[in-house]
Amino acid sequence: MPIHEQSLIRPEDLRTHEKLVVDGVDVSGHWSTFIQTRVVTDYNERLQEEIAALPGGEYIHRCWQCGSCTNACTVNAVNPDFNPRFWIYLVRMGMESELLRDKDIIWQCVSCNKCTYACPRDVFPEGVMKALSHWLELKGHTPKSPAMIFDETFAAQVIARGRIEEGRLIKGFFARTGQSLRQDWLVEMLRRMLRHLPLGLLGRLGLSSVRAPRTRGWGAAREALTEYVQEQRAQQRRALGLSALIAAARHDASGTAGD
Amino acid sequence: MADAKTDKYRRVAYYPGCALEGTGHAYNRSTRQLGKALGLDLVEVPNWNCCGAMEAKNIDPKVQTYLSARILAITAQRMNMDVVMAPCNGCYHNLKKAEYDLGNDTDSAAVVERLARKAGDPSYRAGQVETIHALEWIKGAIGEQELRRRVRGGLKGLKVANYYGCMYTRPRHIFPEKDRGPGSESTAKPHFMDDLLAAAGAQNVEFPLKTACCGGAHTLSDSDISTRLVLNILQAAEAAGAEVIATECPTCHSGLEMHQVRAEKKFGKSTRVKIIYFTQLLGLALGLSPRQVGMAENVSDSAELLAAKGVT
Repeated sequence: MPIHEQSLIRPEDLRTHEKLVVDGVDVSGHWSTFIQTRVVTDYNERLQEEIAALPGGEYIHRCWQCGSCTNACTVNAVNPDFNPRFWIYLVRMGMESELLRDKDIIWQCVSCNKCTYACPRDVFPEGVMKALSHWLELKGHTPKSPAMIFDETFAAQVIARGRIEEGRLIKGFFARTGQSLRQDWLVEMLRRMLRHLPLGLLGRLGLSSVRAPRTRGWGAAREALTEYVQEQRAQQRRALGLSALIAAARHDASGTAGD
Repeated sequence: MADAKTDKYRRVAYYPGCALEGTGHAYNRSTRQLGKALGLDLVEVPNWNCCGAMEAKNIDPKVQTYLSARILAITAQRMNMDVVMAPCNGCYHNLKKAEYDLGNDTDSAAVVERLARKAGDPSYRAGQVETIHALEWIKGAIGEQELRRRVRGGLKGLKVANYYGCMYTRPRHIFPEKDRGPGSESTAKPHFMDDLLAAAGAQNVEFPLKTACCGGAHTLSDSDISTRLVLNILQAAEAAGAEVIATECPTCHSGLEMHQVRAEKKFGKSTRVKIIYFTQLLGLALGLSPRQVGMAENVSDSAELLAAKGVT
């Protein structure tokens, strides 16, 4: 399979002239197409450092742009605009505004790790994709993605009780993303399930939706994990220079302490 | 080598994980029944917690390492056992990853040690516990030859596409025992499930998407992509002539079932291939009843097919 090429020339920057005279020479018809000069004024020289400061992005500097990640990518096969190699290139070049053109699809990485499997340089592109989506959200370029909302709903359950109960997880996620539980395919699936589900199992599932499963004596783990996650978040904000956010977090912290 | 494993895997710690208590209950039930039928001893890890699945790592990777390491620590210190078996690909993958990180990344080891001390957990050193998948468990403790001897009825040439998903083989570095030549599992073209089901009388089809992704990580948050990925898998299996897709992961299994219905409802693409856990298939082949292996809990209803083939 050939390496997926990514042209840096945007179609809107191509200029084709019907009649053109350059330095007194009529070049119409032969040399009629030019690329409009584009000046990138907003290089972020720290972009690679910022990504490397987030979990998963640590090894981005190893990339030598072979393109194996994009070749192997599950999402690229569905959407050719999903191009890990190109994004890694942009980060390494510091081309923030170019990267932002794809900001709404980066979160779609499904973590299948085909890229990591194929990468000859151990860049761990899967981690880089996660670091990129975190970065976009931390910097306020994108709202929290549905995937991040799901991860947060999930992690909050695990940290609170040590275990997951799927019914609660799905309900929590649908509520946070403003979706109805009465989706036709979900209803159809439940209908098919109920058709032949043994009563005993139904009772058990019903019970677990009333009394959530939990790990006994989890309190200390909950505290340790909560504290650790807060620590990491603060560190990431510092690495990204989000001083305004740090101030806001301090404000929040003093607010909760006073409750 | 095979003999050492036969003994070592006869009695193992069992970590079912959250999914096997919920949507993957049929996998839990059939795994326990299969163990019983084969005379293997599963001792459930006491007071276990979630391994972190695919989500906790996106909050922070070391949260997941801690959650998984706690299972390893309990197995080693509270149970005094040195093998833990996880049938769920997610749990298996996470325990393997924790094992690798604790042994190779001093930073991870230090954070986990600190969290474990604060939480009052037993401590764990890399290398104390071996994590295995249900496939490795049956393959190691019983093996194809013995399985062939014990089959009652068998799968009668049922045409099966073996689907392993992502987390059983990727990323390669957390599975140092794979790709070790003859007898070991392959990360590029896994075959343990093929081997076991063939021994139980199934006819495996040549299935190119053994390790394709079902989009399980975004099954609800990006459903359209998941549906497209699952539809690919279902259609490829049918094109290969499969009547059944055998699964070994609760997330893949429920993903395939759910998006099979969703593809029908949203995209008008219906597929007929049935989705069955490999433990259910092996159980049926050994003569267990459909009820014992929880066939009624599957969304995809395979009763007619299995009866027509003479499997049940």
